[in-house]
Amino acid sequence: MWDSFGFEFVNYYFVPGLVLGCIYALGAIGITLTFGILRFANFAHGEIMMTGAFLTWTFLELSKLIFGFYFHPLIACIPSIFIAIAIALSVDRFFYKPFRDSPTIMIVMASFGMMLIIRSLVQVIWGPNQITFVKGIAKPNGILRDLSGSFDMMLLVPSKHVFIILGTVIIMLAFNYMLTKTRIGKAMRAVSDSPDLAKVTGIDVEQVIRATWYVGGFCAVMAGVFMAMDTQFIMSTMGFRMLLPMFAAAILGGIGRPFGAVLGGLVIGFAEELSAYPWFGNGPLLSPGYKSGVAFSILVVMLIFRPSGILKGRVF
Amino acid sequence: MDALIGYFLYFLSLLSVGGIYALLALGLNVNWGFAGLFNAGIAGFAAVGAYTFSLLTTAESTFHYGGLGLPVVIGEIAAFLIAGIIAAVIGIICIRLRADYLAIATIGIAEIIKLIFKNEVELTNGPRGISKIPRTWEHFSEARYFSSQPLSWFGDSQSWQAFFDSLVNWWWQPLFAMTILFFVFVVYIMLEKARLSPWGRMMTAIRENEVAARAAGKNVTKRRVEAFIIGTMIMGLAGALLAQHLRFIEPTHTFDPSKMTFLVWVMLIAGGSGNNRGAIFGAFLIWFVWSASELFLNGFIDIIGNIFNGMDISMLKNRSGYLRMLLIGLVLQFVLQKYPKGILPERRPAASGE
Repeated sequence: MWDSFGFEFVNYYFVPGLVLGCIYALGAIGITLTFGILRFANFAHGEIMMTGAFLTWTFLELSKLIFGFYFHPLIACIPSIFIAIAIALSVDRFFYKPFRDSPTIMIVMASFGMMLIIRSLVQVIWGPNQITFVKGIAKPNGILRDLSGSFDMMLLVPSKHVFIILGTVIIMLAFNYMLTKTRIGKAMRAVSDSPDLAKVTGIDVEQVIRATWYVGGFCAVMAGVFMAMDTQFIMSTMGFRMLLPMFAAAILGGIGRPFGAVLGGLVIGFAEELSAYPWFGNGPLLSPGYKSGVAFSILVVMLIFRPSGILKGRVF
Repeated sequence: MDALIGYFLYFLSLLSVGGIYALLALGLNVNWGFAGLFNAGIAGFAAVGAYTFSLLTTAESTFHYGGLGLPVVIGEIAAFLIAGIIAAVIGIICIRLRADYLAIATIGIAEIIKLIFKNEVELTNGPRGISKIPRTWEHFSEARYFSSQPLSWFGDSQSWQAFFDSLVNWWWQPLFAMTILFFVFVVYIMLEKARLSPWGRMMTAIRENEVAARAAGKNVTKRRVEAFIIGTMIMGLAGALLAQHLRFIEPTHTFDPSKMTFLVWVMLIAGGSGNNRGAIFGAFLIWFVWSASELFLNGFIDIIGNIFNGMDISMLKNRSGYLRMLLIGLVLQFVLQKYPKGILPERRPAASGE
């Protein structure tokens, strides 16, 4: 089976799809958590991601200035995670908290405004142009190539993709542990299921909300940095471009279901990449120009036919 | 004198664009203020109107479909109707989605609409856009208009040519601004009638308490679809006028969601959602603030450039637009927190009529 078909399919469609899916999954976790716990669609989530990527780029440049060589993006992103979490917390404190008891639509509107404020701020600071994140052409990972080569299956996966996939798996495992084993994770699930009941049982809801921003901010920065590592450039509109696929992933998986979000992210990622595969005949199934439309279509279809998502999430 | 005319023309263009935004805000007011539908796809619906108008009215071109060269009025009516038809299809499918979901769905639909305009190169010339869109009044001075009916009834080409040459080159600008304001006025009168009619009261009832409205035997779904279609048609008309004002449209930058969708939302919220007068007032106010902040910031940057001699101010100039967007975003947050009902809050019609 591993002929030219398998080689092309796995290396040029399946692995990119998996990588994109991992990125969407990480982003969707934050969206589904805010949706489940704070009960609103956070339009500013993509911008936190984008800010994380820009901050990481700045630290990369700083490392070059101070130490004379570029750190790995996964090291340079550590300080930006803290900054991004601080941004998310202060946005919550100053712009979302006043609306806790108002109709949901007010806070949605506020997040809609935050989306623009954060993006404009990034554009003012870093400029509107595309910035190269990591230079050079990504070479396939040698170990993986030789290993798969000995099974007659040539895998040409760049190291950056290996980092992204492994990183996502590690974050997922840690996240799983947190949600099922730790006290705060259980409290998060409780608030997500029923905020009133959680409050009655003595759970500090404000603390849970802070934890949500910690987790959401962390995952957003990781998704942003992974995205930047994958495409090798960053621009101020990348947050908005990823926002809808991430919403699609969160709704597809079921609102308030973090593992649904992961599943949804993978489905959307695969769907976007595989839509360009020549399934019938020679031409791509869908012109690559419409690639970003795939997620929107899945989103709209999902919203109409099964708004509760695959894993039976909440419908507001 | 020249400077004075310059200011006058600047003011007229402010009025024109302000009027176009007022139409968009009025359309959004039908969606959001009347029926409580969170339509976040304004850019997409305006794009539908703009492209419909442009494809129908431009002269024949090899770059895109047609250029059917139809009269401007027909283009405007078609923009109005096509936007309505598309809204009807979307509305029937999406209308039962609740606020956040409808917002996400409409953003998605707007992006798909823009993707189609961007990718169907044979139809729309793709990212290179459509140019030479006729503008009301000004288009009469183009040969293809004055040499054909109905203008050819009143004089031949030479006499028209001589007539247009004798006018100052901005003769059309006051007329164009007035035409847009006329559209705003007509739409405003009609929406006021609608708001005070039983239909408008029913809309308010549905928005405030859907269950009660349903229990009272109102066809909630149908009313919401109606409000969605009417609001969107107005946006389509505004799109057609925008295409006329710009004379060149392309899918990505012309219909940038932050300038088309977001700014309109700020206008409606600041002006007062549910209040037609508030929508118009908010549109002009925010548009004037937006334009004035451009002048103000540029002047400020020049001063900085004078103080710190030799500093490269081109970078600041490039970015001042984003700073303005930031300020508009802060205005929205301020209004949302301090004046959630807007400057002109909604006034509900009294039971006996107004």
